Amino acid sequence: MAGKTMAEKILSHVAKKDVEAGDIIIVDVETVFAHDGTAPLAFEEMKKMGVDTFFDPNKVVIVTDHTTPSPSEKISNIHAFLRNYCRENGCNFRGVGRGIGHQLLIEEFVKPWTVVLGADSHTCTHGALGAFATGMGSTDIAGAMAFGKTWLKVPESFKILVEGELKSPVSAKDVILKIIGVIGADGATYMAMEFFGETVNSMGISERLTLSNMAVEAGGKTGLCPVDGKTIKFLAEHRRKGFFKNLKPDQDAYFSKEIAINAAELEPMIALPHTVDNVKAVSEVGELDVDQVFIGTCTNGRFEDFEIVAKILKGKKVANDTRLLVQPASWRVYLKIIERGIAATLIEAGASINPPGCGPCIGRHLGILGDGEVCLSTQNRNFKGRMGNEKAYIYLSSPATAAASAITGRITDPRDFYH
Amino acid sequence: MLKTVFKGKVWKFGRDINTDIIIAGKRKYDTLDIKEIAKYAFEAINHDFSKKVKDGDVIVAGANFGCGSSREHAPLVIKALGISAIIAESFARIFYRNAINIGLSIVECKEASEKIEEGDEVEINLEKGTIKNLTKNEEYHFKPLPLMMTQILNAGGLVPFLSENNGYQIKQ
Ligand code: SF4
Repeated sequence: MAGKTMAEKILSHVAKKDVEAGDIIIVDVETVFAHDGTAPLAFEEMKKMGVDTFFDPNKVVIVTDHTTPSPSEKISNIHAFLRNYCRENGCNFRGVGRGIGHQLLIEEFVKPWTVVLGADSHTCTHGALGAFATGMGSTDIAGAMAFGKTWLKVPESFKILVEGELKSPVSAKDVILKIIGVIGADGATYMAMEFFGETVNSMGISERLTLSNMAVEAGGKTGLCPVDGKTIKFLAEHRRKGFFKNLKPDQDAYFSKEIAINAAELEPMIALPHTVDNVKAVSEVGELDVDQVFIGTCTNGRFEDFEIVAKILKGKKVANDTRLLVQPASWRVYLKIIERGIAATLIEAGASINPPGCGPCIGRHLGILGDGEVCLSTQNRNFKGRMGNEKAYIYLSSPATAAASAITGRITDPRDFYH
Repeated sequence: MLKTVFKGKVWKFGRDINTDIIIAGKRKYDTLDIKEIAKYAFEAINHDFSKKVKDGDVIVAGANFGCGSSREHAPLVIKALGISAIIAESFARIFYRNAINIGLSIVECKEASEKIEEGDEVEINLEKGTIKNLTKNEEYHFKPLPLMMTQILNAGGLVPFLSENNGYQIKQ
């Protein structure tokens, strides 16, 4: 019998039996979450199922992150409804100023070797900690919140071998943009993307999260990284001690697709409007002015991201005709960039800091683009209209490229600024 | 009982039909009435589609149908228009699950997706895994859905399925 992929290992563990790609299984769910955009419908569906309590309120997390603080009466009422509902039913609620659901789950809830479900397509992010994490619609999420279980088809896996030393400031974001550019927006549909190799081993948790976060942009069901000493140290630092076994695929595991990336040769990459797989090297883009630079989101709004940004911006000024918006992914990230003096560096350079949350990524407030404007963002999606205006143009890059471009006011290769 | 045979006229779409093309983001917030929202389905690529489509019609599309957001409005509006089934070369994963969960039949078949043309009359048999093209007198084959999904469809969607089975208390 062939060895197992990481997906097969986790799901065999959770299902308490040997499973392989293609099997349909019913499994226990360890953590289930929804946000202000998806929770109301999930609660409604739960009611239709005839259930009015959560299977285990401690394992349910509701976050108001998509539009926070509320920009309208309608959304304020939704937030109030969710707050009350969570109070009455005793589940976890994270409100204004706490941060993006995915980041809070990483900091507080997710455990390796478990199943994590979220009513949000970027739930694949949590695979970076070795959880089988995937996004679902509100009805599936309602089922999980009510009964603590879900059904899954064990996916086939896509082997993504990354080797060679990344040359700073080239980072995980450049790696994942490169991969999506090569395999396409449906290159990994229904599949688990499994990232491994020496480069992934040497990445910190923040960078691994960036890889897994964008798995869904290639159609992936989840994006998995190995569980190693770094993962276990990260969990211990975030109050999750316990026995978490290491995780990696078996040597003879069967992968139905594979790709190898040489990180040593990689340049800073960028996705051009209006699809995530429209990827080029930054050096190929040529002269292009940017109106807004946005650094944040569940893809690249962590401390390590702002650390690089501060390195590049220190002692420099943001270009006159360009606005730089910065948004920490959580209150912990926010606090840490203040404590380490990074916030001051960014503000001195001319940045405006939004409160923790999704912000302009979803296009409802805090930085909506004007007609014809160009935005360079560290987020994960550049679909037409994503940032609130169908007549705007969204480019996606790493935090380093975004910072360098904020200084010049043009799409700029960060290697020119990094010493 | 699940209806396992569908006969209808085909509406043909291309590949990468994302959830925003199926129903624009701004329409989703106008009202909670899905029939009302469904009036705007596919408006960006097929004007007045909701007026032209007839009960029982079938959508045939290329690869990656339903990519993008995890919201359920996309399959819901298609169902609300009376579409009986969608045939595509492939579906985006979350859309696929959402469609089953709301009781909308979907079929993956590359050959059918390539050969069927707009206006053809087709007959889909979910149990047998066949699509008859009555207009062209051809037959295509697909792998029938896994049992679990057929059971959910049979029940009329995930909500009735879970209510009937007290959650996932079913024999596997
Ligand atoms: S930051 Fe953007 S991609 Fe991430 S959860 Fe929020 S809206 Fe979604």
